[in-house]
Amino acid sequence: MPSPRYTREIPTRYRLEANRCVSCEKVVYPARLVCPACQGREFEPMRLSQRGKVITSTVVHVPPGAWLMEAPYAVAIIETPEGARLMAQVVDCDPKSVVPGMEVGLEFRLLKREGHSGILCYGHKGVPTTVPEVTG
Amino acid sequence: MTQFGELWKSSLRDLFVEAASEAMRAAGVDTVDSILVGNMSGGQFVGQEHLGPLFADHLGLAGVAATRIESACASGGAALRLAFIEVASGASDLVLAAGVEKMNDGSEVTEVLASAADQETEAYHGITFPGLYAMIARAHMTEFGTTEEDLSWVSVKNHRHGALNSKAQFAREVTLEEVMNSSPVADPLRLLHCSPVTDGAAAVLLCPLSEAHKYTDKPIRILGSGLATGSMALADRKNPAVLDAVQKSCERAYEMANVGPGDLDVAEVHDCFSISEICCVEAMGLFDRGQGGKGAREGITALGGKIPVNTSGGLKSKGHPVGATGVAQAIEIYEQLRGESGARQVDGAKVGLSQNMGGSGASSVVHIFGRA
Amino acid sequence: MAGIVGYGAFIPRHRVTTEEIARQWGKDPKTIQRGLLLEEKSVPGFDEDTITISVAAGRAALDRAGVDPQLVGALYIGSESHPYAVKPSGTVVAEALGIGPSVHVADFEFACKAGTEAMFVALGLVESGRVEYAMGIGADTSQGAPDDALEFSASAGGAAYLFGKDDTLAEVLATYSYTSDTADFWRREGEFYPRHGGRFTGEPAYFKHVLASARAILDQTSLKASDFRFAVFHMPNGKFPLAAGKTLGFKREQLETGWVVNKMGNTYSGSSPTGLAAILDVADPGDRILITSFGSGAGSDSFVLQATDRLPERRDLAPGVRAMLDGPRRYLTYGQYATMREKMKFND
Repeated sequence: MPSPRYTREIPTRYRLEANRCVSCEKVVYPARLVCPACQGREFEPMRLSQRGKVITSTVVHVPPGAWLMEAPYAVAIIETPEGARLMAQVVDCDPKSVVPGMEVGLEFRLLKREGHSGILCYGHKGVPTTVPEVTG
Repeated sequence: MTQFGELWKSSLRDLFVEAASEAMRAAGVDTVDSILVGNMSGGQFVGQEHLGPLFADHLGLAGVAATRIESACASGGAALRLAFIEVASGASDLVLAAGVEKMNDGSEVTEVLASAADQETEAYHGITFPGLYAMIARAHMTEFGTTEEDLSWVSVKNHRHGALNSKAQFAREVTLEEVMNSSPVADPLRLLHCSPVTDGAAAVLLCPLSEAHKYTDKPIRILGSGLATGSMALADRKNPAVLDAVQKSCERAYEMANVGPGDLDVAEVHDCFSISEICCVEAMGLFDRGQGGKGAREGITALGGKIPVNTSGGLKSKGHPVGATGVAQAIEIYEQLRGESGARQVDGAKVGLSQNMGGSGASSVVHIFGRA
Repeated sequence: MAGIVGYGAFIPRHRVTTEEIARQWGKDPKTIQRGLLLEEKSVPGFDEDTITISVAAGRAALDRAGVDPQLVGALYIGSESHPYAVKPSGTVVAEALGIGPSVHVADFEFACKAGTEAMFVALGLVESGRVEYAMGIGADTSQGAPDDALEFSASAGGAAYLFGKDDTLAEVLATYSYTSDTADFWRREGEFYPRHGGRFTGEPAYFKHVLASARAILDQTSLKASDFRFAVFHMPNGKFPLAAGKTLGFKREQLETGWVVNKMGNTYSGSSPTGLAAILDVADPGDRILITSFGSGAGSDSFVLQATDRLPERRDLAPGVRAMLDGPRRYLTYGQYATMREKMKFND
């Protein structure tokens, strides 16, 4: 991803910065110019909690090239306590164990490398908080 | 339409010319007023944008108005809709609506298809196109109890139909066991729940009804057209198991056509993945929400059943050259309503519907056809 | 008096055992385990690096401190595995922690002592009054060549220390640094694996600097081993820190809390800082603590700390080191480990 775009997205990716619509209270993540619920254009800045619940998920077996080594991996839609939903991988567990309802924390991780010479792209991934187990 | 499959000998422009020429030959014309071609990504698949003039040129019609239309996998249906509006508005009297995709020229298909998803919030996190539908499937299974077997029956049914279609990429039947044992792509979807990577093109000609007799003695009328969008990212949808855009696009088409789901004799529906057909037949009003799995499982949507869906073999068996699909679906309905579907014929079909969807359901375009 | 107002550590959840690595190279696991006193080590996932580990440790430090990240005036990351050759780790960590833009950021390197080095400078800035709060982090995802002794110990992890003047959890009573030019372990630009001088890394390097640094700070503060409740030394393997401690007059009970290497491996710049975090997780108010790091090249930083009354109140606000070592984890085969550590060649 080109650097200017990556730099613009840092508040969203690194700090989970979101917007709350002043008119209808909807939490919009990533932040937008127009509220998708009520078309309002005034917002208050806020940050999402670093945790949430899995709404739906899958395990990707056939990955895009940048994630070849990491497959199979679980990807989920996670809902934070503020009611925002975001998509993220869920890691540090058996991918098959990731199911709707699972509670996860959001940890800062390296999402992808742009090949050997490009930039490193960081963001958040989910890590289960509910099930402690030793595996492998 | 061309053969659908891995067409190593045909380039993107070859495919377009083949399908467009066939349509024009059948109508006995050697020029048109306008060309609209649906294509998801000539740019990413083969590095070629600006397809309007390229294709007009290669058809020998440089000078004719021509534009590419894009709505991911609904590009073909969108091109058809805009051609319909162009004719209905009186702006043109003969419009070529085509769709084409060349997917097998060495591009990273997984990555290109993922560009139909939300780049910033979905693709960035390593989700794939099958992965998005897998999430939809899992949400559907969690909420409504749909099973992996229900998904698999859709593939079995569509292959049974596709086995009768000489243009299909995989003109052969598959068994339930084969489907359920095929390799995992994105849980719970397996290889045989997913439409394949396909090259192909399809083209139709549209004209005002009053002129149709110049070109054919069995014109098929477009009774209604509807297009709708929904939230781009799966995370932004109210319920990931429900395809709102499909529902809205069907309602708009039904309203224009003044028909309801009960009036349909045959339908082509966007089964990019088995779960998609299940969600789409619900959204179309053929089944109650959550009950779509019954269709294939109980033979209701099979040839010979109450409302045959995807008699062409669907995207699963026929193939899914992304931009071409929407137009190919229209051709299947066209042939059904003219009684030309041979072994796949739905007896006495009078009203048909084609539904074409983009991305993970963020766009959907529906057309309803009837005998003129 | 300035001191630690917040601290945190992070250890990745993947592990590979000494036994698994020994078997790969046809060595006897028991001999290695006895010789190095190592049982297993942490392995960073594909999505983990010095930056992600620093962010996790830094978040924990800020949580324990309860300090607004906007008040942190300096942030230093010490590592020998910074993800970029040119582009600081510290800027990514600062943005992720919500620190800045009014902040001084720098990356440090000095083999395994880059962490205590970052802490040393952070402390100095606070003591001088130039900034109100400053953070020093030591983190690494260190690499060992296949079939080399380092492969058993090189692991991943890190710890972060936020320094301030008020509401400290542990005061810094003294610091001392001992440095000489000793080429015991190095890596040239462009090389993938480091190299070392074998037995030369022992007495003339590790022991010479650790003992000199520790003795000097004891001298400086007029303290002896028995005045301390805890001591932690850099842990390149299980044996060296215990030997150093014994030589200085420390007993096993004083050394065992900080001695996390047998389950964690050597996290290089994170090594003694993580041992210190394990100590702070259980220390009582008033306990004196000695930490002496070692970085090849070579040098040793020593700190004498004293736990305050505030420590027990704040330490449960973030995960402890023992909980991370004993908590959810996944054991890898050698093949999985080698893949994750990029020891295999893949097509682009």
